[in-house]
Amino acid sequence: MSILDSKIPEGHISQKWTDYKDHLKLVAPNNRPKIDVIVVGTGLAGASAAASFGEMGYNVKAFCFQDSPRRAHSIAAQGGINAAKNYQNDGDSIFRLFYDTIKGGDYRAREANVHRLAEVSGNIIDQCVAQGVPFAREYGGLLDNRSFGGTQVQRTFYAAGQTGQQLLLGAYSALSRQIGLGRVKMYNRHEMLDIVKVDGKARGIIARNLVTGAVERHSAHAVIIASGGYGNVYFLSTNAMGSNVTAAWKVHKQGALFANPCYVQIHPTCIPVHGTNQSKLTLMSESLRNSGRIWVPKKKEDAEAIRAGKLKPTQIAEEDRDYYLERRYPAFGNLVPRDVASRAAKERCDAGFGIEANDTNEGVYLDFSTEIKNKGKQTAYAQGIHNPSEEQIIALGKKWVEEKYGNLFQMYEKITDENPYETPMKIYPAVHYTMGGVWVDYNLQSTIPGCFVAGEANFSDHGANRLGASALMQGLADGYFVLPYTVSDYLANEIRTGAISTDLPEFEAAEQRVKNQIDKFIANKGTKSVDYFHKKLGLIMWNKVGMGRNAQGLAEAIEEIAQIREEFHRDVFVPGSADELNPELEKAIRVADFMELGQLMAIDALQRKESCGGHFREEYQDAEGETLRDDENFKFAGAWEYKGDDINQEVLHKEELKYEFIKIAARNYK
Amino acid sequence: MASKTININLKIWRQKNANSKGSMETYKLDNVSTDSSFLEMLDQLNEQLINERQEPVAFDHDCREGICGMCSLFINGEAHGPDRAVTTCQLHMRKFKDGETIFVEPFRAKAFPVIKDLVVDRTSLDRIQQAGGFVSVNTSGNTMDANAIPIPKHDADKSFEAAACIGCGACVATCVNASAMLFVAAKVSQYALLPQGKVEARDRVLNMVRTMDEEGFGNCTNTGACAVECPKEISLENIARMNREYLKGMLSSEK
Repeated sequence: MSILDSKIPEGHISQKWTDYKDHLKLVAPNNRPKIDVIVVGTGLAGASAAASFGEMGYNVKAFCFQDSPRRAHSIAAQGGINAAKNYQNDGDSIFRLFYDTIKGGDYRAREANVHRLAEVSGNIIDQCVAQGVPFAREYGGLLDNRSFGGTQVQRTFYAAGQTGQQLLLGAYSALSRQIGLGRVKMYNRHEMLDIVKVDGKARGIIARNLVTGAVERHSAHAVIIASGGYGNVYFLSTNAMGSNVTAAWKVHKQGALFANPCYVQIHPTCIPVHGTNQSKLTLMSESLRNSGRIWVPKKKEDAEAIRAGKLKPTQIAEEDRDYYLERRYPAFGNLVPRDVASRAAKERCDAGFGIEANDTNEGVYLDFSTEIKNKGKQTAYAQGIHNPSEEQIIALGKKWVEEKYGNLFQMYEKITDENPYETPMKIYPAVHYTMGGVWVDYNLQSTIPGCFVAGEANFSDHGANRLGASALMQGLADGYFVLPYTVSDYLANEIRTGAISTDLPEFEAAEQRVKNQIDKFIANKGTKSVDYFHKKLGLIMWNKVGMGRNAQGLAEAIEEIAQIREEFHRDVFVPGSADELNPELEKAIRVADFMELGQLMAIDALQRKESCGGHFREEYQDAEGETLRDDENFKFAGAWEYKGDDINQEVLHKEELKYEFIKIAARNYK
Repeated sequence: MASKTININLKIWRQKNANSKGSMETYKLDNVSTDSSFLEMLDQLNEQLINERQEPVAFDHDCREGICGMCSLFINGEAHGPDRAVTTCQLHMRKFKDGETIFVEPFRAKAFPVIKDLVVDRTSLDRIQQAGGFVSVNTSGNTMDANAIPIPKHDADKSFEAAACIGCGACVATCVNASAMLFVAAKVSQYALLPQGKVEARDRVLNMVRTMDEEGFGNCTNTGACAVECPKEISLENIARMNREYLKGMLSSEK
């Protein structure tokens, strides 16, 4: 048997989780305070897990590298969170959410996990409302919904363009309550730098206190990794500057398999790149595609004139605009899934219709003028104005748009110095989310017993492409409604273990590994900054392991990354010392892991000779440029086993994906 | 975007650690794109310092899109700099002139001790939150349906506006008394406006205000500078609401 045992329970898909949950082992309340649980990361998955385990009475230690758990990057999620509540009476159900998510993931996710996610989605909204999360409401006082890509129902709950913020602050408030009660000990400004295994089980972590530089040992009976995704391997992404793969990668290096690293989500609506000193890219929420129409000029000369600053988008007549998503995908229009929208933008820009005056001419318009007129008219009628003037309509329409998306419009204006109420937004795809991650079974346990992985850090629910508003759902589902059951089942066998000593030789060895790496960086007599190498890596990743990939480019990338990695370790200069706050040292440690991961991503992308979701191999497309999956040969999750310093030696294990309750089909949004 | 570059002079607070004395140091930085954010300008300075084998300037930052609340900085005497309704990461260099001298200091308050250079310790705000900034509801698959209690849209909107606080501490850094009233009021208001928060309203406001005092934040003297500098435009109305809640809490009988 393969080392990948997914542990999917028997039974009908709609009953699996219920039956399974009913038969899991429990830990009695009097035993819980004797058991230590470590949670790494305080985003939606980590904060909700830490709070829940604290409430249950376990002894919890939570870690984050930021100065407060409230800063985790879940906070930046804008658009919303999905739940199969069917409040809008548009035919939604748990099955539909399950089906949309599997289809959205291009049939590369595990059925049982996704169904469980859909099942608990409603509980999440209930839980958050009970915590005082101020979701958007209608005038009748009930919760409002909107649509997101890849669906034909309105199941997305939101709080203006700050849904992630409100949900994270909800989880943070629950966590804060447990910290105040002394049930969770919070370690801010601490970064996990290795995992400690004793007799094959996860027994603790090594963390660096980022303020004092002290390398600390922390033991526990179970370790939960909720450290987020690895989009920053591209240097430019919508991730926070500190977002990194280190915790997940260290777990991988100690024996956990890493699955589907090549599945990366390139989000279609981000603000285009402005220059070489740019440090990150900013997302404009997918929710804007409810109201905005995406277009480029139909005529190349118009696109050229716009780039040269001789023509304004508002001067292009309606019939000269190519609303290419509405043209190609009439059934879903501007609300096709993210991978489809991103590729369509790239196709237009590659063909010479891009409108941004940057090095690559990469940019398309997201235009709100139609919506402003429509909503202005509706609002006027609702207010009893039956003969509204053009100005009245525009003014009311802008007000409507401001209420829905005000913070996004403000953010756009601050960054670009252009007013999106008056002129269309310029947008282009950017790296946003990573579907791949540490391989986990149905219990969210990695191949290291006692090491669980949740949220974006695991690979489990989104297949090859994540639908909008599903990341928040997954993070909270894992932390509130899955881990409390499955980790308790694991811990039921630990009630006799007793406290775990950090004096064990395994802790000593792990600490030494960490200290060696730190000392090497500080002592290195290099000449170039960490960013210099990170940017070089990012460029290779974007050009060769980005939106379009091919065998030749990937083979080149594998070699080039290995070279840069060697150069990095030889020539990087890390100023300062190890025993103080040293952001350059923090970056160096993270970039070292990105180098290794980047190479594995290219290897994984080369191995997967098909196109699916976010993974687009140029050799595998149909006549219309749509993805061509190969279900015969690639209907599996590809999980890699670490085999030492040379990443090329990693070994692929395949978890065959079985579709018993959904008929696998070509993904069609036309 | 009409991009151009400017040359600037920087006067930046440098301080080795919490125990050492700091001072303002002068730097010259050329070819700064006006499309760069203020933090990208600091990245550029740090790259220059690293290439000169000098120690880069430490500053807090993370999301760089104005929502995590981690970036801070007192720029030319204002929290988050001269622009309104933005955090430092959203402040762009087009707001500065060629040849200008820019002063950059940490957020200063007794309750925000300096860790290094421009990095300060704001965990005092976390501790206020831990004293009562929550609804005491445990995780459960059986809370009531989210639509069981309708909440007037007006109240939900007001609650959301208060909840938009990012906990950056600009209000504290701006206030002559280094008071955290706007921060605490935003949290108290978010819950006071919702039925879910009413049950614990009294304990919440008393505990959070007590903790605020214990952490060494100053008192409010109604100067209103906090609301002007707040990157999320949290309204002073929230302080008034908190004062009402506090008074109500003080006057109502003990349990």
